[in-house]
Amino acid sequence: MDSCNCIEPQWPPDDLLMKYQYISDFFIALAYFSIPLELIYFVKKSAVFPYRWVLVQFGAFIVLCGATHLINLWTFTMHTRTVAMVMTTAKVFTAVVSCATALMLVHIIPDLLSVKTRELFLKNKAAELDREMGLIRTQEETGRHVRMLTHEIRSTLDRHTILKTTLVELGRTLALEECALWMPTRTGLELQLSYTLRQQNPVGYTVPIHLPVINQVFSSSHAVKISPKCPVARIRPAGKYMPGEVVAVRVPLLHLSNFQINDWPELSTKRYALMVLMLPSDSARQWHAHELELVEVVADQVAVALSHAAILEESMRARDLLMEQNVALDLARREAETAIRARNDFLAVMNHEMRTPMHAIIALSSLLQETELTPEQRLMVETILKSSNLLSTLINDVLDLSRLEDGSLQLDLGTFNLFAVFREVLNLIKPIASVKKLHVSLNLAPDLPEYAIGDEKRLMQTILNVVGNAVKFSKEGSISITAFVAKSELLRDSQTPEFFPVPSDNHFYLRVQVKDSGVGISPQDIPKLFTKFAQTQSTATRNSGGSGLGLAICKRFVNLMEGHIWIESEGLGKGCTAIFMVKLGIPERLNEPKLPFMPKVPTNHGPTAFPGLKVLVMDENGVSRMVTKGLLVHLGCDVTMVSSREECLRVVSHEHKVVFMDVCVPGMDGYEVAIRINEKFTKRHERPIIVALTGNTDKVTKENCMRVGMDGIILKPVSLDKMRSVLSDLLEHRVLFEAI
Amino acid sequence: MELVQIQRRLVDYTKSLFMEGFLDAQFLQLQQLQDDSNPDFVFEVVSLFFEDSEKLLNELTIALDQPNVDFKKIDSHVHQLKGSSSSIGAQRVKNACIAFRNYCDVQNIEGCLTCLQQVKQECYLVKNKFETLFRLEQQIMASGGSVPTIELGF
Repeated sequence: MDSCNCIEPQWPPDDLLMKYQYISDFFIALAYFSIPLELIYFVKKSAVFPYRWVLVQFGAFIVLCGATHLINLWTFTMHTRTVAMVMTTAKVFTAVVSCATALMLVHIIPDLLSVKTRELFLKNKAAELDREMGLIRTQEETGRHVRMLTHEIRSTLDRHTILKTTLVELGRTLALEECALWMPTRTGLELQLSYTLRQQNPVGYTVPIHLPVINQVFSSSHAVKISPKCPVARIRPAGKYMPGEVVAVRVPLLHLSNFQINDWPELSTKRYALMVLMLPSDSARQWHAHELELVEVVADQVAVALSHAAILEESMRARDLLMEQNVALDLARREAETAIRARNDFLAVMNHEMRTPMHAIIALSSLLQETELTPEQRLMVETILKSSNLLSTLINDVLDLSRLEDGSLQLDLGTFNLFAVFREVLNLIKPIASVKKLHVSLNLAPDLPEYAIGDEKRLMQTILNVVGNAVKFSKEGSISITAFVAKSELLRDSQTPEFFPVPSDNHFYLRVQVKDSGVGISPQDIPKLFTKFAQTQSTATRNSGGSGLGLAICKRFVNLMEGHIWIESEGLGKGCTAIFMVKLGIPERLNEPKLPFMPKVPTNHGPTAFPGLKVLVMDENGVSRMVTKGLLVHLGCDVTMVSSREECLRVVSHEHKVVFMDVCVPGMDGYEVAIRINEKFTKRHERPIIVALTGNTDKVTKENCMRVGMDGIILKPVSLDKMRSVLSDLLEHRVLFEAI
Repeated sequence: MELVQIQRRLVDYTKSLFMEGFLDAQFLQLQQLQDDSNPDFVFEVVSLFFEDSEKLLNELTIALDQPNVDFKKIDSHVHQLKGSSSSIGAQRVKNACIAFRNYCDVQNIEGCLTCLQQVKQECYLVKNKFETLFRLEQQIMASGGSVPTIELGF
């Protein structure tokens, strides 16, 4: 035998075991080659496989294993050394790769396993999300329903529509069989079926309000499932069907007074209505939570809508009431205005009408007094005179007061002797005072000016009234009158904090105090004293007469004189002091004392004495016409010039107050114009004053003028002063018979 | 001349006019009517007078030249003239007119003619006087002064 490099297998080749090994190796190699192929095929099919590298490695490992087993097939028989070398190489490679793969798999297999867990996790999550989605969807649907319902309910402000709409919409949304509303009756002890969905006119079922099931519903703000057998749910005639589930919810009925911003009226309202909702019978439907929520929300909305409707009703009612009141007020105001106008008219008429007869009575009675009378007659006449004097005073007082109130009274300012006023008052008061055995004293301060500027008559009236009151209300004792100039320190009186008299160079404040020891006045009556017609009701005063106007008038006079008047008294029986302060002017010049004796100074001084007075001048002579015009223009008149008679007649109108006519042209034509003018203006007060300007004032001319109805005659040439005085005379008296 | 001197001249002149009887108190009245709203009143009136008087005098001359003298018309003219002159205070003219009227009443033509002459004369004289017066016033106004008011005590 040759020695070859062949390697002998350990076992003889004919052994049975060898045969089986041979076959197994073959199949193993086959399998090992086919597995990567399968893997590649399937991986290529799938889109995602993250571990390609692993696959390659694995593939290599398997291929090499297969190769190893395949090569092993040759080692069963005698084989050369090359085969053995290849076999060894293959085995070495296989070992390397398989170890690497083993190492790799240690990393990879946990990952692969966790993929599975992740998948499970994701599946759970998906299921959860699905559930949540379902919930949200239902919620959204509910919300939509609620919005829609609310919109429907709130789109109307009418109570019935609101309730009806609620029921209809709820019925539609929730597919209800029946929906009913039970309202509390007026007595509050029963619930009455007011609205139902299916029945058109619900018969007035009533249910007592204090059933336990109803209490249960009312005590909770949620919708409560109730039994279909309870009285409120037994609306439908009971049939053989299985009734559906019933739910009841309370609807708070809000009163206006309950509607406070910060306080949701959960606890304060006691009145509820009951809304009963029934699912269709035999439907096996159940009330879901979101449906119950929907019902609760709707119930609340209904409550709000109802309250809005109530508020609207209320405000409409209030508005109507206000309008009525407005109309009534307007009417009242108009009536008041008419009344005031009527009163003013009345006073204006009465002013003259009342005074005239009074004057007649007084004048004639006093004349009668002068004649020879028997004692009885004299007594009668004296009584008549006294009564009519009283009446006249009363009329004057009333008229004065109304004029004072209108504000139309103005003071007649003038310079007068102050001392004389006081003396006069004293003289007037002395007789009455001596009859009542009252002692009157007058005390004038040394710095009191003798003359002052003011309204003498009204000052005297005021002093007389105050002193007269003092005398009237005193049965005994004394009356003292003090007058002095009020100094700055004394000016501010505690009684009159709002009165701040400010003396100046031209004015001084006269302060007069009249103190009496009479019946006095209680402090609460003092404010009433100055109100007209209000008298303190004591027996003493009731007998003393007077209409209670005196002090009111005095107060107004004093106010006009920018002063103040008040009365102080310590109480009944303690006498009282009347004090007033008035503002008087200080006369400027020292020769003022002569003033009272001077004739009234004409007030029309200065160029524009008769502003705007419309005058017509007729003169044929151009020059004298111009001169006359100049005169009148200088006096401020509005002069129209005419140079002929026709023009004069054409132009003259009721606007012209005076017509100056030149009549010295020989002939009667000037007079004719006068006659024509007289004819033209029928009413005397519309006619302008006609004055003749003439060069001669002989008797004939005068007679002629008078005959034709002229008002005056002036001799030419006219001086400025003469014209001025003529015009003022004419305008005052409307007649002037001669100015030379 | 100085302003004061002119003013003095005016015053003296005016006084002389009054003394001589050319003007009377009526003229003062006229002057009183002159104020800021009517600054040329006197001048206007006087000018008007002279226009009027010229017309009237012409009429009178024509009327007296007629063979049949219309005394009524003459009377009315003279009346007008008298009125005008008395309105402005031309005393002498007025007096002449009065005399004229008297003659007119008695229908004395000779007398009328004489009077007419006299009236014409007086008018002419007083016209000159007025012209001087106004010239002096203008001079004063031009120098920036004011016309002094006359105070006459009589």
